[in-house]
Amino acid sequence: MRLTKVERAMLAGAEGPAVQKAMQIVVALAEIYDAATLVPVASAQIAGVSYKNLGDAGLEFLQEWAAQGARVRVPAFLNPAGMDLERWREMGVSPEFARQQKRVVQAFATMGVALTCTCTPYLVGFAPQMGEHLAWSESSAVSFANSILGARSNREGGPSALAAAITGRTAAYGLHVPENRQATHLVEVHCGVCSESDFGAMGYLVGLQVGDGVPYFRFLAAGGLPSLSEQEHWMALGAAMAASGAVALYHVEGVTPEAQSGLLPAQSLPLVDIGSLAPAYAALNSPLEEIDFVSLGCPHSTLADVERAATLLEGKRVKATLWVTTSRRVRAMAEERGWVAKIEAAGGKVFADTCLVVAPMEEMGFKAMATNSAKAAFYAPAHSQLQRRFGTTQECIEAAIRGYWRGMV
Amino acid sequence: MSHKATETIRLHGRAIHRGKARGLALVSPAAVGFLGGVDPETGVVIEPGHPLQGECIAGRVLVFPTGKGSTVGSYTLYRLAKRGVAPAAIVNARSEAIVAVGAIISGIPMVDKIDIARISTGDLVAVEGEEVCIG
Repeated sequence: MRLTKVERAMLAGAEGPAVQKAMQIVVALAEIYDAATLVPVASAQIAGVSYKNLGDAGLEFLQEWAAQGARVRVPAFLNPAGMDLERWREMGVSPEFARQQKRVVQAFATMGVALTCTCTPYLVGFAPQMGEHLAWSESSAVSFANSILGARSNREGGPSALAAAITGRTAAYGLHVPENRQATHLVEVHCGVCSESDFGAMGYLVGLQVGDGVPYFRFLAAGGLPSLSEQEHWMALGAAMAASGAVALYHVEGVTPEAQSGLLPAQSLPLVDIGSLAPAYAALNSPLEEIDFVSLGCPHSTLADVERAATLLEGKRVKATLWVTTSRRVRAMAEERGWVAKIEAAGGKVFADTCLVVAPMEEMGFKAMATNSAKAAFYAPAHSQLQRRFGTTQECIEAAIRGYWRGMV
Repeated sequence: MSHKATETIRLHGRAIHRGKARGLALVSPAAVGFLGGVDPETGVVIEPGHPLQGECIAGRVLVFPTGKGSTVGSYTLYRLAKRGVAPAAIVNARSEAIVAVGAIISGIPMVDKIDIARISTGDLVAVEGEEVCIG
C-alpha cells in the first residue's frame, strides 16, 4: 500500500497518539480490504451514537480518545442518538440512560463533531457533491449519498468513520473505486410503486435477493418513471434495501445520476423480477388489531413528511402514542410553519435527534406498533421487541387516531 | 491435542496490529462476535450455542476464522482490555473490520491470514509482528 509522506507521519505518531490511533485504524482497514491508497474524504457521518448500542464500553473509549486530543479535521456529524436531547423525559427515557447519553454526545462535541443527530444529513446542510469521497456510516444515508447524489462512500463502521474524520482519509476500496459501482443485478419492476411504503416494500424484497450487490432498476409498469425529486421515496427504498440486505448503492434507469452517465449493466446480470409488493407487506405485518404506538420518520422525516402528518391530524385526536422523528433542523422549520403545533395539538409528538431504531424502546412498554417504514418494520421485532403493522402514512395516522389498524373498528 | 514441546511450528501471516504476546490457544471453529457474544466484565463467551460458550477468553491467544456482528463490538473488546480480561492476542484466518478496529483501539496484538487448523486449544502460542509460533 502506498501512503503519502503526511500519512506516514500520522502513522508514526508525529501528530500525537490520538491521530496515530486513528491512522492505525484507517491503514489496517486498507490492508484488510486490499486498498492501494487512502483517499481524502469531504465529510464523515458517524454512527454508534446511541448509548443503547455503545454501552459503557463505547462511552469510555470515546471519552478517552477525546481526552487524548482527538479532533476531526473534516466536517463530521452524528447519526441519531438514543433520545431527543431536550425532551427525553416526554419519551419515557430513564434519567440514568439520559445521563450516559449526554456524556456520549459531549465526547463527540469535544472532538469537534457537529451534533446533527440525524440519518438525513443531506437534508440539513451536509449534502455532498457528485463524485466526492465520504466516510459515512448510517446505511440509509450511505445509500442516498451514493445512489441519488452520486457521492462515493462505503458503509463505514462507527469507529472507522470517526477515524476517517480525525485523519481526513479513508481506505480507497469498495465504492470509492469506479468499477465497483457497476450494477450486479438487474431489477425489473412490473407493478405500480406509488407511496413511500411501496418503495420500502420493494426495497425489502430486493435487499433480500441482492445482498450486498448493486441493483439496477428498470421501471416497466404503466405510469412511467418515478421522479428523482420524490426524495422520500428514494430514502425509503435505500433504507429498506440496506436493512433486509446490505445494499449501499443502486441505480435507476433514466433517473439516478450514474445510470445516466453510462454505467449500464451487462446483459448477463442476474434478474430480479418484482411483479407484486404483496409478499413484502405480508412479511412485514404482524397480525395485530390494536395499536398502541405509531412511528413515522425512519429515515428522519422531511419537511414535506411533517406537513403531511400535520394535515392528516388537523382537528383530530390520537388514541395511540404517535411519534414523528426528525432532525432538529427540520423540526425547527416545521415549528415555524405551525406544523409541529398541529401534530402536538392532536396528541402526537415531534421528537428530534432520535428514532425508534436506536432509542431504548424495550424500556417503554409498547406492544404493537404501526409504521410507514419498511426498515423500522424489519428491525422492530428484534431491536425493540415490538410487533408491528406496516402501511402508508395515511393508514398509520388513521391507526393512531382509532387505536386500531384499518378495518378493525 | 497439543504438539510435542520439541517441535515449534512457525506460521507467517499479516500483522493487523503489531505486538508481542504469549498464551495458551483457545480455538473456535466458528466466527466470534463480541457485542452480546462475550461478557465485557468477565471475558466469558455467552453466545448461546457458540462452540466456546462458557469459556473465558482472558489471557488466551484467541484463534477464530473471522469476526461477526455489530460494529459496536469493537468497543466490547476495548472494555475487556480495560477490565484486564481481554485475550492476550488474536489470530484470524481472515480478519474483518470489527475485530481489527477493536484490537487496535485496545492494544491487542492481532495477526490474520493464518491457517488456523494448525493450532489446537491448549497449544502454547507466541505472536510477534506477523509471526505465530506454536510450541
